[in-house]
Amino acid sequence: MVPFNILVAVCLGYVILLFLVAFAAERRAERGQTGWLRSPVIYTLSLSIYCTAWTFYGAVGYAARSGLEFVTIYLGPTLVFVGWWIVLRKLVRIGQAQRVTSIADLISSRYGKSNLLGVIVTLICVLAATPYIALQLQSVTLSFGVFASETPEGWALPDQSATALWVAGGLALFTILFGTRNLDANERHHGVVMAIALEAVVKLVALLAVGVFVVWGVAGGIGEVIERIDASPIADWPLKPGRWIGLTFIAGAAVLTLPRMFQVMVVENSDERHLATASWAFPLYLFLMSLFVLPIAVVGLGQMAPGANPDLFVLTLPLSEGRGTLAMLAFLGGFSSATSMVIVASIALATMVSNHVVVPIWLALRQGGARTPGDVRGLVLMARRVSIAALLALGYTYYHLSGGSGALAAIGLIAFVGVAQILPAMLGGIFWRGATRIGAALGLSLGLVIWLYTLYLPSFGPEGVFSATVLAEGPWGLGWLRPQALFGIEGIDPLLHAIYWSFTLNTGAFIVGSLLSFPTPVERMQGLAFVSAFDRDAGARGWSRGGAEAEDLLSMSQGILGAEEAQSFFEAEAGVQGKAGFLPDTTPEFIERLERRLAGAVGTATAHAMIAQFAEGAAVTAQDLLAVASEAQQILEYSTQLEAKSEELARTARALQEANDKLRDLSVQKDTFLSQISHELRTPMTSIRAFSEILMDPELPGELQQRYAEVIHEETIRLTRLLDDLLDLSVLENRKVQLNIKVANLHDLLDKAIQTASNTRPERVFTIHRDASAEHMPVITDTDRLVQVFINLVSNARKYCDAERPELTILARKRGGRVVVDFIDNGSGIPKGAQRLIFEKFSRLTDTQRAGGAGLGLAICREIMANLGGTIAYLPGQGGAAFRVALPVRPETVRTAEAA
Amino acid sequence: MSGRVLLIEDEPHIAEAIRYILARDGWAVASHAEGQGALEAIRREAPDVLVLDMMLPGRSGIDILEDLRADPALSGIPVLVLSANGQGEARMAAEGAGAARFIAKPFANADIVAAVRQMAGA
Amino acid sequence: MTAPKPPKFLARSSYRRRRIIDTARLLPVLGLFIFFLPVLWHPGDTPEPDTARGGLYLFAGWFALIVAALFLARALTRTDVPGSEDDAPGEESR
Repeated sequence: MVPFNILVAVCLGYVILLFLVAFAAERRAERGQTGWLRSPVIYTLSLSIYCTAWTFYGAVGYAARSGLEFVTIYLGPTLVFVGWWIVLRKLVRIGQAQRVTSIADLISSRYGKSNLLGVIVTLICVLAATPYIALQLQSVTLSFGVFASETPEGWALPDQSATALWVAGGLALFTILFGTRNLDANERHHGVVMAIALEAVVKLVALLAVGVFVVWGVAGGIGEVIERIDASPIADWPLKPGRWIGLTFIAGAAVLTLPRMFQVMVVENSDERHLATASWAFPLYLFLMSLFVLPIAVVGLGQMAPGANPDLFVLTLPLSEGRGTLAMLAFLGGFSSATSMVIVASIALATMVSNHVVVPIWLALRQGGARTPGDVRGLVLMARRVSIAALLALGYTYYHLSGGSGALAAIGLIAFVGVAQILPAMLGGIFWRGATRIGAALGLSLGLVIWLYTLYLPSFGPEGVFSATVLAEGPWGLGWLRPQALFGIEGIDPLLHAIYWSFTLNTGAFIVGSLLSFPTPVERMQGLAFVSAFDRDAGARGWSRGGAEAEDLLSMSQGILGAEEAQSFFEAEAGVQGKAGFLPDTTPEFIERLERRLAGAVGTATAHAMIAQFAEGAAVTAQDLLAVASEAQQILEYSTQLEAKSEELARTARALQEANDKLRDLSVQKDTFLSQISHELRTPMTSIRAFSEILMDPELPGELQQRYAEVIHEETIRLTRLLDDLLDLSVLENRKVQLNIKVANLHDLLDKAIQTASNTRPERVFTIHRDASAEHMPVITDTDRLVQVFINLVSNARKYCDAERPELTILARKRGGRVVVDFIDNGSGIPKGAQRLIFEKFSRLTDTQRAGGAGLGLAICREIMANLGGTIAYLPGQGGAAFRVALPVRPETVRTAEAA
Repeated sequence: MSGRVLLIEDEPHIAEAIRYILARDGWAVASHAEGQGALEAIRREAPDVLVLDMMLPGRSGIDILEDLRADPALSGIPVLVLSANGQGEARMAAEGAGAARFIAKPFANADIVAAVRQMAGA
Repeated sequence: MTAPKPPKFLARSSYRRRRIIDTARLLPVLGLFIFFLPVLWHPGDTPEPDTARGGLYLFAGWFALIVAALFLARALTRTDVPGSEDDAPGEESR
């Protein structure tokens, strides 16, 4: 016998182990070692969240009540997985191509990025999941109760709802910790997936162990088990054809449409080929989970007291045989089944709620719309955390109100029928181009209403929503509206009744609605992309022309993806176009890719709406679609090779164009260079000459003599500095500079630079934000030169930042072997046209801003960074003027010297 | 000699020098340091001679000169243009725009005085 | 938008792969036959107890289906050219 307090300790230990596994997996993934984290075995094991506590405890109870019927729940999914080539493969392909974040997102994206559909699907899923989560809490609480009642020497079980509350709280904590760490582009959660894979193993091993013990330990082997089955109350198999087929169908549908299954099957999928393994391994898992269900049920029925709850045989059988350790293992198995379901389901639902409800509402409420989105990322993460907590609270409330009664199997089936309502819209969406948003909305809403009316609400019992009278005579005495005998057709099994009517009307409305309505251009495009997911380059582009400003898009994307992510995405895209810097041309292709990238974080509908604010009027029209179609006809004659070549040409042309523009600007600058030098030299010379002539006048008063000598002195210093700068620049440009490589702490270098630069406009109150802990890192470089660059940037900010309360933010970090330091002020920044000229010699932005320099500072900075093997660039879209300095952690020369 | 000179020059030291030179020669010198508001300053001061720098913040000396020539009330004022951009094009541009005299920086103080005297007398 | 004209006859290996894909598509139909056969034999109406026999039949059929799926998945991944589009007509001719 296991004392209850030991059980609690084991339970806590197990939870800590899960935390550690999840944490270790996250750490590995962060370091990019995803190797075996993403193997087909892990993928298959993660699919096992199909088997919840409903399977672990409920299947035996189901078998004890209805014999072999329980197996239909596993036959349906088996058929779907064995037939993976038909549906699953396409779903996964579409999910990856469109960066789908949830099943609601899939439906919304397919039907013209309609958020209405996303909301309907989210609603269905939340309604279906609430009792399901309650069911998991109930099973954990019940299993605790079993141990508590058996062991009076242990702790008394507190209060059943208190136990459930603790479990719900713990699960919320785990899920928030590992499920909302980031807005990963593909919504992948390595830690969570690893943890549920581990739980999958535990529950399988536990159930098999109990099964083996029951067959060979309690009964005397297979032969005796068969004899016992024949002698048991469930010896005969009263197969009801309708239920047999209906349940198989509904289970097959649910495995495709359950939000948690969609999450692990499609969203977390990293490689389409894993499906091939899962196609046989997952049915095998289900097979093994079901193998001993019947023996356990039969032996339990014979062995246990007549009143014993068959839902708990898995636990009570070993306990009654005095096998405390085995019971403990079984307990952990049930605990694993319950927790893994709750974790994944709440992550999947929280994603839907945040992407389809919270963010759209927030966007609609904001005055500025998506143009000034600010920190959407933080909002989304917070929305997800709150949603997770709210879902568990809902589940707990349901459990509390329903009093933890009712057989487990009934609740599970109600949820299955609910989510299965999504099936027509889903299958229609991926196989039928004619399916439209209106059809899908009609079908889904009708299915939802009938499911609620015929199954969900009656499930609360006569004390619940529908009184016994309503059930028997229909609302307001309307007999044909009786919830369990619609249209006066009586005598159908209530579950089948609900399945039959909801599916018939749902599918019917979906088809008729689709046939009668006309899709919008975006719908038609998405329809093509989904249905022809396997054709190369299927679908037209979503945006016909650019029209958006890259800089605006960048600053919006930073609010969603995070600054780092967004900048590297834009930089890479600019690189693909053959451009340097962070601002690619806003071609339709680029906008399309950006939209997908954003969709991975906030869902398709929201991403589309946000982009639409910038590319107003540029969204594709029906005419564009037709144009694309006829264009495509012509392109047919050209081979793909030609296409690739023309793309290459376009890239080269763009690069050439850019080089050309720059050359032209440079030649204009070269022309003015000499006259600028001349001007810069002549100005101090003029003062010097004029005042020296004045000083020659013997009658000049003494105090003026003094003053004019000072002027001459000042001007000679200015002249010297100018000559120094010019000389410095020419040495740097010819790469003849002698570098003095030292090791230093970046933090100290920045300190030094800020100290020195404070001499510039010392009268200004100037706030500098720094993160000292991030700055402590060694740099190996010519530290004096680096400080020179820093001084220049800081004093430029002091000089030119035109904000009322000037602020400068310095961000330092290490990225891919490079030290990156950003200097961002809160002024009005540098206009786009001038951004690429500021690093040229004598390029002062305006003549009014001649604060003593000759316009050589940034040119020198650029040359210094080039000499140090690094770069300096203007960083657009940061709100103010922003410069990024990047240099290798150790210079090239040191590396080669060490290698030698 | 005596009369009013308006000096439009942004470099403070150069302005100071010219003011001293002309003041010692007996001129009343007013000055203005940027391109913006230069025309208003000219109307206000109504100088006998205008000394104008070419490269000014805000508006260039040439622009001011052209506006001046377009305004019949001001077009009579003789203008001495100063430039740090040497001879050649700058001189042509200035004279094309209607400058009476052009002197390149750096200059001899005596040249400035002589030019102003000559222009005021003419 | 149609792809370039697919060839009408394929090389032997590509032909084999297409038939494997056909089998993969048909496998769930076979599963349906296995799993729905008890519906036809009406176990409820027969006098002798069927749960044990029916269970053995179902689990045996289930296992056979899994083994078939295993071999098909092996065959499909072995002949799979990474990155190839299996459904696109004309692709198999490589």
